[in-house]
Amino acid sequence: MQKTVIRANSPWWRIPFREIWEYRDLLMLWVRRDLTAVYRQTIIGPLWFVIQPLLTTIVFTVIFGAVAKISTDGIPHFIFYMSGTIFWNYFQGVLNHGATSLVSNTNILTKVYFPRLIMPLSGVFIQFAHLALNSVVFLGIYFWFLYHGTAMEPNRWVFFLPVLILQTGLLGLGFGLWVSAATIKYRDLRFALPFLVQLWMYGTPIVYPAKLVVKPLLKWALWLNPMTAVVEFSRYALTSRGSPELWGLGLSWGVTLLVLVSGLFLFNKVQRTFVDTI
Amino acid sequence: MSEPAISIRNLSKRYRLGTIGRQTLIDETKYWWHKLRGRDPRQAFEKIGYSATERRRVEAEQAGSHEFWALRDVSFDVQPGEVIGIIGRNGAGKSTLLKVLSRITEPTAGEVELRGRIGSLLEVGTGFHPELTGRENVFMNGTILGMKEREVARKLDEIVAFAEIEKFIDTPVKRYSSGMYVRLAFAVAAHLEPEILIVDEVLAVGDAEFQSKCLGRMADVSKEGRTILFVSHNMAAIQSLCSRAVLLQGGQCAMVGSVQETTEAYLRTHLPKAAHLPIGERTDRGGDGQVRFTAYRILNERNLEIGAAQSGETITIELDFEKKTSGDAPCSLYMQVANEKRQRMFLCFSRISHPGVLRMGHRGTVRLTIPHLPLLPGRYFVHLSCKVGKALADELIDGVEFDVVEGDFFGTGKLRGRGGESGILVAHHWEVVGGE
Repeated sequence: MQKTVIRANSPWWRIPFREIWEYRDLLMLWVRRDLTAVYRQTIIGPLWFVIQPLLTTIVFTVIFGAVAKISTDGIPHFIFYMSGTIFWNYFQGVLNHGATSLVSNTNILTKVYFPRLIMPLSGVFIQFAHLALNSVVFLGIYFWFLYHGTAMEPNRWVFFLPVLILQTGLLGLGFGLWVSAATIKYRDLRFALPFLVQLWMYGTPIVYPAKLVVKPLLKWALWLNPMTAVVEFSRYALTSRGSPELWGLGLSWGVTLLVLVSGLFLFNKVQRTFVDTI
Repeated sequence: MSEPAISIRNLSKRYRLGTIGRQTLIDETKYWWHKLRGRDPRQAFEKIGYSATERRRVEAEQAGSHEFWALRDVSFDVQPGEVIGIIGRNGAGKSTLLKVLSRITEPTAGEVELRGRIGSLLEVGTGFHPELTGRENVFMNGTILGMKEREVARKLDEIVAFAEIEKFIDTPVKRYSSGMYVRLAFAVAAHLEPEILIVDEVLAVGDAEFQSKCLGRMADVSKEGRTILFVSHNMAAIQSLCSRAVLLQGGQCAMVGSVQETTEAYLRTHLPKAAHLPIGERTDRGGDGQVRFTAYRILNERNLEIGAAQSGETITIELDFEKKTSGDAPCSLYMQVANEKRQRMFLCFSRISHPGVLRMGHRGTVRLTIPHLPLLPGRYFVHLSCKVGKALADELIDGVEFDVVEGDFFGTGKLRGRGGESGILVAHHWEVVGGE
């Protein structure tokens, strides 16, 4: 018979992985619920998730490409901006989902118990569905460019793309856990978040190539941003252009794991009694 | 004897009060700014208390303490298959206890051991999404409550039948009536198969018929050998379902015992506070002072003093009096029971209802017994007066006050449900005659 012991001050470092596994059905239903509910509510349904990055890409192409004439390393503007946007959207989506998961689900969390990590974790999968949808559109455009003989070619690194996608998800989750733990204490952080994320995007080589940043200190700062490596390497894999730095990739993974593990611990500590303060 | 299904040892839960009101970075800055200037930072915050504001919490805050114990050293065991009731007034710690037991929040100290799968039902319909259909929500809700997807699939037909919503199972729940919503939600929880079921006052929702269906379902569950922890204000439901009960008072476990003893002890906690002026000392009274009522008590059938009566039980109002003369003049007593809005409910007038003549000595006690109390739950006030001969001897408006709680007035085991107004219950019966 299952035995549960409830004790004060359960250790923050004990992440209930087994329990999460037992609740995997809930996780999957949660993902499905979110997707169906979202798609049913909007008139154009899933189309919205395709239109949004396309519009962003068009805006970037016009402003940064045509008007500001920022270099894209010889990569077609559309491909350059859209690849970055898709990855960034995934990161941002997971981050936002994680960040608001505790505060926006209080009505459920104060009524029933299940491993709290399910909430931010579901964001990784929900956003992945949007990413997959966008990737299909992107690949269509990509192959059109390839077919018309644009000066770019994929290389062996394309097999590394799934790893980059995974990294993006984990990174978004890690930061999301951090923010959600912090928003329990400080509600107004939620309002600052979109702005901070926006700034962060400009600190990532999405509308400009990493190559443009040459000052050693700035370059370090740029590559310390874990999303830099993700964007640069994914672009390099698809076009064989850009300036992928292997040390930067290592650094990026280091930061990712650090953020993720510390985020998990922090979240695990906060979730024990967070319902007392909301 | 087998091991207890639930064993609770010295369970305590503390809420910190110093953190109140600081929910934003701006609040935090304000707090430290006040502290820096040597002021009491709490003055900067008008809002005291948490979302579920309890008087005790606010009182503790106002008294200047920095913490508040919602539970303090609570210990008791529940045997497998037992149905145990948790009773206590608002703020006694019932909800906190349930929250800790269902792992929604962590205790500050102490330990709980639970043997078996736990299902908690603190509110029906947790996690229902309006856009999704009934079927999708059943799956969602079932897995939130800890079931596997295929278990829900296996039980789906049974759940839908219990909720009586077969036709609407593929309709989004936003189109459901509130009754359908509640029925479906309870059905999911009731068909979950936990070894330990923690139930908060969910029975208070829905119509009487559905309530008795729910009570029946809970009785079935307990017959299957599962343990139920049931929290309610409804003494009648507690008495009909539970074998034992725990009385919480101010976060502490005041009593664990048979339902009878515990509910009586609970009703006694409704006794008027000492802050009330004893009626003998009140000066706002009428009459010539020939008679003076000095004290009153409300007693139950077993002559135990209570502060709250149950609908349908026999109660006695005892009034102590002093009389200046011991003459033989016939006296008449008048008690008018009114609700909180001071609308008259009924009248007890001895000149009509007492067959003989009442005479009162120098001092003594008047006993008014009302068998089968016909009042709905609520607070009631008695306007009392006494005449000696034809002269008004004493009169007190709101001389006696008492609470009535839910009880099984009709003897059917069915309950009335939440949200009624005070009022009168009348014994009656139904029948259908004729027809095909």
